[in-house]
Amino acid sequence: MAIRISRRSNTYDARNNRLTSRYLFLPHSDFGFRITDLGSRFMAFPLSKNPIPQRIVHGTTIEILRTIFPSIIPMFIAIPSFALLYSMDEVVVDPAITIKAIGHQWYRTYEYSDYNSSDEQSLTFDSYTIPEDDLEFGQSRLLEVDNRVVVPAKTHLRIIVTPADVPHSWAVPSSGVKCDAVPGRLNQISISVQREGVYYGQCSEICGTNHAFTPIVVEAVPRKDYGSRVSNQLIPQTGEA
Amino acid sequence: MIKLETAPIDARFPLMNQTQHCYTHYLEYHKCIQKKGKHAPKCEKFADYYRSMCPLEWIQRWNKQREQGIFPGPI
Repeated sequence: MAIRISRRSNTYDARNNRLTSRYLFLPHSDFGFRITDLGSRFMAFPLSKNPIPQRIVHGTTIEILRTIFPSIIPMFIAIPSFALLYSMDEVVVDPAITIKAIGHQWYRTYEYSDYNSSDEQSLTFDSYTIPEDDLEFGQSRLLEVDNRVVVPAKTHLRIIVTPADVPHSWAVPSSGVKCDAVPGRLNQISISVQREGVYYGQCSEICGTNHAFTPIVVEAVPRKDYGSRVSNQLIPQTGEA
Repeated sequence: MIKLETAPIDARFPLMNQTQHCYTHYLEYHKCIQKKGKHAPKCEKFADYYRSMCPLEWIQRWNKQREQGIFPGPI
């Protein structure tokens, strides 16, 4: 049975094949320091000079003060912290596009419905992962999808994340996005993709057997190409634009 | 180049949860057309907003409920 007394104060530096101290201004081993410290405390108060031990059991005032004061300190930390936390969620610039990312078991549906003129038609498409057997040379396993989310670069987007069945999570780490999809709730995230390119992500909330097989791929295109890309990509699938 | 516009930020719903935002625009549209008629131009704005914010499935479900007379909202 191992009993940990304290953390070790040195570590092995492989590059230089030597032990280095883990703490600034502390020597490699504080064993000598601790032994001396403990020993000097014993030596300072020998029994012969201090036969009667002091019996302090409690002190009400000091105990109250040292309970209340430390609990006030986190309150001062929390006030600006909460203000910052909630202000991080606020969107200050009106988005240009709203894209709905709807999670299903086990694929995604994306809706671009800013230009619908009726409730029936919508630019909607499903995004399924490409199975390993169908991957082309150079494509990533478990990360590629058949229909990517096409977004214009350098544009403020609003992504509404929601699921159709069980909780999912829409995550694209390279864009700093992770948003849980909770049934019955629409979660909004505001992003602006600064560079054109392809960004990958994966479902980040356990949603069943194929949770590991539902990736997300966002393709950021120049703003001037966005309209043609979306309509060209989607017309064959939906029959509407 | 197509003009990109969508439902603007609504100060009534500043945080991440936009469920009420979608629902409120849907209710506002239907209250508006009840007052002003189905093709009133002022109501079209609400229609655009709720179509942007709400998933198609939700809209279709609510429309069906309205047709059946079981829509729970205050329309």
